[in-house]
Amino acid sequence: MSLDLRVGMDVGGTNTDAVVLDENNRILARTKQATTSDVRSGMQNALTYVIDALGTDAQRIGRVMLGTTHATNAILERRSLGRVAAIRLGAPASLSLEPMESWPDDLREAVCVDACILEGGHYVDGRRISPLDEDGIRNFLSSVANKVDAIAITSIFSPTSPQDEERARKIVSEVLGSNMAVTLSHEIGSLGLLERENATILNAALFGVIGQVITATQDVITGAGLVVEMLLAQNDGTLMALDFARRFPILTIGSGPANSLRGAAFLTGLTNSIVVDVGGTSTDFGVLINGYPRESAAAVEIGGVRTNFRMPDLLSIAIGGGTIVSGTASQPVVGPQSVGYRLTTDALIYGGVTPTLTDALVAEGRLQLGSHTVPQGEKEKLKSALHSATESIADAIDRVTVGNALLPLIAVGGGSLLIPPDIAGVSHVLHPENGDIANAIGAAIAWVSGHWEGVVAHGDEFNDAVTNGRSIACRRAIEAGADPQLVEVVDQTETPLSYLSSPTVRLVIKAAGPLSNL
Amino acid sequence: MSKKRTTEIEQITQDDIEDLAFGCALLGTGGGGSVGGAILEVKNAIKKFGPVSVVQLEDVAADGLVMPTCGIGAPTVSFEMLNNGGEAHLLRQEVERVFNKPVVAIMASEIGGSNGVEPVMWASRLGLPIVDADTMGRAFPEVQMGSFFVRGLPLTPIILVDFQGNSITIAPTSGESAESESRAFTIASGGVALMADYINPAARMIGNVIVGSISNAIEIGRAVRGTQEPIRRLTDLLGAHALITGKISEIERHTHGGFVRGSVTISGTGIDSGRQVRIDIQNENLVAKENGRILASVPDLISVLDTQTGTAIATEEMKYAMRVTAMAWPCDPLWRTERALQTVGPRAFGYDIDYVPIEDSQR
Repeated sequence: MSLDLRVGMDVGGTNTDAVVLDENNRILARTKQATTSDVRSGMQNALTYVIDALGTDAQRIGRVMLGTTHATNAILERRSLGRVAAIRLGAPASLSLEPMESWPDDLREAVCVDACILEGGHYVDGRRISPLDEDGIRNFLSSVANKVDAIAITSIFSPTSPQDEERARKIVSEVLGSNMAVTLSHEIGSLGLLERENATILNAALFGVIGQVITATQDVITGAGLVVEMLLAQNDGTLMALDFARRFPILTIGSGPANSLRGAAFLTGLTNSIVVDVGGTSTDFGVLINGYPRESAAAVEIGGVRTNFRMPDLLSIAIGGGTIVSGTASQPVVGPQSVGYRLTTDALIYGGVTPTLTDALVAEGRLQLGSHTVPQGEKEKLKSALHSATESIADAIDRVTVGNALLPLIAVGGGSLLIPPDIAGVSHVLHPENGDIANAIGAAIAWVSGHWEGVVAHGDEFNDAVTNGRSIACRRAIEAGADPQLVEVVDQTETPLSYLSSPTVRLVIKAAGPLSNL
Repeated sequence: MSKKRTTEIEQITQDDIEDLAFGCALLGTGGGGSVGGAILEVKNAIKKFGPVSVVQLEDVAADGLVMPTCGIGAPTVSFEMLNNGGEAHLLRQEVERVFNKPVVAIMASEIGGSNGVEPVMWASRLGLPIVDADTMGRAFPEVQMGSFFVRGLPLTPIILVDFQGNSITIAPTSGESAESESRAFTIASGGVALMADYINPAARMIGNVIVGSISNAIEIGRAVRGTQEPIRRLTDLLGAHALITGKISEIERHTHGGFVRGSVTISGTGIDSGRQVRIDIQNENLVAKENGRILASVPDLISVLDTQTGTAIATEEMKYAMRVTAMAWPCDPLWRTERALQTVGPRAFGYDIDYVPIEDSQR
């Protein structure tokens, strides 16, 4: 029997969505369940629902792809985080600010065992700052033995010169054993020492969380009587194999919006467009470039800590289907509060007393929903509130637009009717069928990726470096589960580094391919 | 004329750093380096080494040396290769050795951008007061674009140090040589160094600096940061003219030799609908034009701000569709003499236009 069906699952803050696709990407079953506080039963409900809907075909399920907010929540709530010892290499540079010194106290207390700054690291041009202090690393590691779950290692200019981090990793396995989890900063982020170090330490603190997620999901899968391969969605809209996810749990942060973008691309066949995901409380705007989410160039703050690992470039506004409307008809106040999941009890159309944007849509005749009519006295205010919300949406569209050329807009998510078909600033608006589970679909259809990044000087060796980088990126994608026959380079970005005396670029190469057959 | 300050800051604590940085970013007129990275280092220094006293030149020993200090090099490198913390100790030690006199205070060479914020860290670490003044009142790209050059104070010897403990003392024969010699040391040091130039006794500096720079920057932050009407508060505080409020509709920008050059066009919205203002950029915002008419030009200060928060936007951070207000206000009178304008007027930056004070062009 062939294992030709895939389950895409997305665990969000409010809903847990699941969808089943066949090898031609036809939707065979779908569901939207409430996310539960224990998360596990929400996943269980969603998976049980689609399995029941499939009947005997459920045996054809070969893979489950999961997008999850566990890692984000663990950091925000300072919960289940691992204990980390941080090593920075680069003294005498950087002694003025120790690792985690700028973190919120409660997060540092939850994560930090100890930190040190030792000699090592490189200059921008590849010269050594100082010889690597191997004895110092050994002494530090001995002092934290039995107290740590993971080691985070960050060397100055490691994105250009990673050798000290690699050497330090070997020393960790000599001193603490080869099972000790290690994160190296050059595998996590780009230039900008503190931001990269922060992301590296957070990644190391998430090893336990990702392990729990994987175990829980596998339990749910096994409990449903399935024997399948599981993959995790990452924040560039591609998938990673479990062993890769265990090394880079931080890459799951932001995977939900990335999946929505990819799902929107799939549902419409468009590869370059603006995507708007309208939820109950907020609306996310992102941009698809060649089928993938545009990445953020700026530092991203997570749980009060600045990081620089890649994230989708998103703009969020506090407008959604449950957004509360107050004020008057001449001066309506739209949000930022939302009734959230209480929409079906609190909104006017369900007999409640709180006017919301969903009520406004019903009052305007753009949506048929609910058990009650909107009181006449509220209609004027709701109308002008809807007008104001539409202006905010148009403003956000304008902000994410890069140039003057008009792009199509794909509206997905539960509240996507808030986007009128004639909104300004786009060529046209699409409301694809099944857009309310675009994130689960995005997980189910995703390719598997690998990437390589480095600083390369223009000149004789440039082409060799590019070739080498491309093959490393492809190899990493194959390691993550991509079909070796079909993997290809999907993105190659060169950023000139003008501050160097010789012409040099930062080169980022991404390869991706469909999953190999089971 | 810029309005007189109502407060004089006497001490800088951790709580003042965000305000100082906000003001320095605004006075950076688009350049001077991002203040974000410096904030953490300065706060951390004050936490460990204590607050910094702010003094006037008249308050320190007349023959004591004041050490004008600035970072030199590539901002991108400084975000990766952070300070050791001991750089200023070495700088002070070398200055005292060469001049055989004690250093009694630190001063920011340039209040605009990160160079206005970092000297506070050095002052805290050295336990020295910082002088409430600078040599620009804003940011400028070149060493000779300071009040001491215009007033003919001795530039040399210049002393540079790096995080490794390397130091060098140079006596260049011209401003151009000062630039290339110090750049050579900076490259050898990996792209960042700490520099003191125009080291002079306090008495010699009186009357030749832009007074009140530190107080001014902190006061800007206090008055504007986190308020509802940042633009109106800024125009009141600085005697500034809002040139246009709108959105960035076009950016043309290229980086060459460490300098950002190009222009940004702001299309008016609201009451400014239909108007378009173009600002020419060379690291800093230098000339603002509307239909070919000059609205404002260097050395008057031109800043592009986030309309909602009043936060200054650095030239490299400007993006299409940002909602911004361009604002200009008068430079210190020191810059308006003929000799000063030869150094920092529009022609010094290659623009074939005469300088028109903002008060006249906005009349």
